Amino acid sequence: MAERILDVKNLKIDFHTYAGAVKAIRDVSFHLDKGETLAIVGESGSGKSVTTKSLMGLLANNAEVTGGSIMFHDQDILKKSEKEMQNIRGKDIAMIFQDPMTSLDPTMRIGQQIAEPLIKHKHVDKKKAWSQALELMKLVGITDAEERIKNYPHQFSGGQRQRIVIAIALVCYPEILIADEPTTALDVTIQAQILELMKELQEKIETSIIFITHDLGVVAGMADRVAVMYAGQIVEYGTVDEIFFNPQHPYTWGLLNSMPTLSSTKLEAIPGTPPDLLDPPKGDPFVARNPYAMKIDAEQRPPFFKVSETHYAATWLLHPDAPKVTPPDEIVRRRQTFKDIMAHKAI
Amino acid sequence: MRKYLLKRVFYMILTLFLVATITFFLMKLMPGTPYSNQQKMTAQQIQIMNEQYGLNKPMWLQYLIYLGGMLHGDFGVSFQFSNQPVSYLIASRIGASAQLGFQAMIFGVVLGIIIGAVAAVHRNTWVDTLCTILSIIGKSVPNFVLAVLLQFYIALKLGWFPIADWGGFSYTVLPTIALGVGPLAETARFIRTGMVDVLNSDYIELAKAKGLSRYGIVYHHALRNSLIPLVTLIGPYTVALMTGSMVIENIFSIPGIGEQFVKSILTNDYPTIMGVTMLFSAGLVAVILITDIIYGIIDPRIRLSGSGD
Repeated sequence: MAERILDVKNLKIDFHTYAGAVKAIRDVSFHLDKGETLAIVGESGSGKSVTTKSLMGLLANNAEVTGGSIMFHDQDILKKSEKEMQNIRGKDIAMIFQDPMTSLDPTMRIGQQIAEPLIKHKHVDKKKAWSQALELMKLVGITDAEERIKNYPHQFSGGQRQRIVIAIALVCYPEILIADEPTTALDVTIQAQILELMKELQEKIETSIIFITHDLGVVAGMADRVAVMYAGQIVEYGTVDEIFFNPQHPYTWGLLNSMPTLSSTKLEAIPGTPPDLLDPPKGDPFVARNPYAMKIDAEQRPPFFKVSETHYAATWLLHPDAPKVTPPDEIVRRRQTFKDIMAHKAI
Repeated sequence: MRKYLLKRVFYMILTLFLVATITFFLMKLMPGTPYSNQQKMTAQQIQIMNEQYGLNKPMWLQYLIYLGGMLHGDFGVSFQFSNQPVSYLIASRIGASAQLGFQAMIFGVVLGIIIGAVAAVHRNTWVDTLCTILSIIGKSVPNFVLAVLLQFYIALKLGWFPIADWGGFSYTVLPTIALGVGPLAETARFIRTGMVDVLNSDYIELAKAKGLSRYGIVYHHALRNSLIPLVTLIGPYTVALMTGSMVIENIFSIPGIGEQFVKSILTNDYPTIMGVTMLFSAGLVAVILITDIIYGIIDPRIRLSGSGD
């Protein structure tokens, strides 16, 4: 079994606002093994970004962790002081941000921006840091790196800037790389290049990736495992095949059903909006939008039901007493494919 | 870059020419004559005086003569101050004003940047509120009130610094503070606003994610990006202070140029008015050019688009 490097258990985070405490993260648990890519999928406001910020110790001032633990190897990140976190950030856990157009300092040379974490964490001198920065620029595919290392961000295109942001994140060879929607702000053609680059670098640098996205299409090519988040909770997690081809939670069905396919004539949407987390629902948070909802969904939060060793889903539909429902056509079709995949694997 | 500079210098000269022309004719429109006791003078005396100072010639000729003299560095002779050449008058007085103005600017801007940055880093805490209140007070209390208070408490009661006059460095301390509080308050306000914006930006988040300390983030990333709006402010402010502050120079009996300038306007001392105005304008256009160059140094984006090459 692969080495477990990150274990998040029962994480709860509140945001204090004038309207009251927003329960943004409500009992989230997941783990990350060495070398794997975990995708966290969910719509805006589901708590994906808050979860990752808590891993970095970069939560906003009005956020409060009200429970749980984040074990990085054998140390709890939530118990670290700001000073100790500074030694982890950028060195052991690094992050790629969403918008490359705004995440580089406009008045600092690219070389210095890449070299900064090295100077801070590895205590190398500026000259050595720059030469390592140069190596990394070549690694992320910036042409004429010798020339361009002295350039400023505005002299690069969006795709190149995201490559530089990736270089900054990887310069200290972090154990965990958090990518918060790294391709959302890019053209589709550039997206594919950046994803390709990340996969390539993951192998070279042997880092684990937590990939935050709302785009299931991106997940399919990138992730080993997927966790689906909804209203501050993880509702289903499993391997990428299990989530894509054998989904169990109605919310996952909705997500997959709303993905455009070659044969779809109109785009499906999940009706309704996510619940208000100032006053989260008592039971399954998806109940109001769930066409398959049962009475118990409104009253009691469903536990995780085991589907396979790696696949769990929090929906009462998996309870032995639950009625059998027929998922949307698209999902039925996917389950058929899943059988083929499993059969293929068995051979 | 050279082409750009040449172009800029050409425009500077054009500006100065326009300033000289407009000031010259506006000045002539002012009521009264340069003579303080005109009622007691006979028509003939006035005639002689006018001839001596060239005031009997047609205005366009006076203008041409003045411009011609200016091109040779001759700004004429003061009517008021014991017939000294204006250039000599300015030269002997500008030193004190310039030193004082420069010191006040350094004092104000450096302290203002620190206070503004501290306020921004601790925004929405009592530290921020305190800094904001201080800068509002600094901006609203007239500097002559502050000057008198400083004289009374620091000079008279405590005796730390001389109360007035112009000697060594110790004589400059109180006027520097009195004059520097304005730019200090203004700078603090500018930096605070600019830095709050910058600290909320994505690249600061990235800097945090690199593991940099709070001090490192402010010093290496936030400060430089917050300085840009300030540069616009500092240039003209410096010129205004260095070419003399009438009130402060009066209160501290400093032999500066500000006092002279006001007197020359009140007495229609045409050559002195022209001389000081031209000095001020020249300082201003020079500072605007320097400001643009500094912009380029601080912000590489401006360097490329602004230099024309």
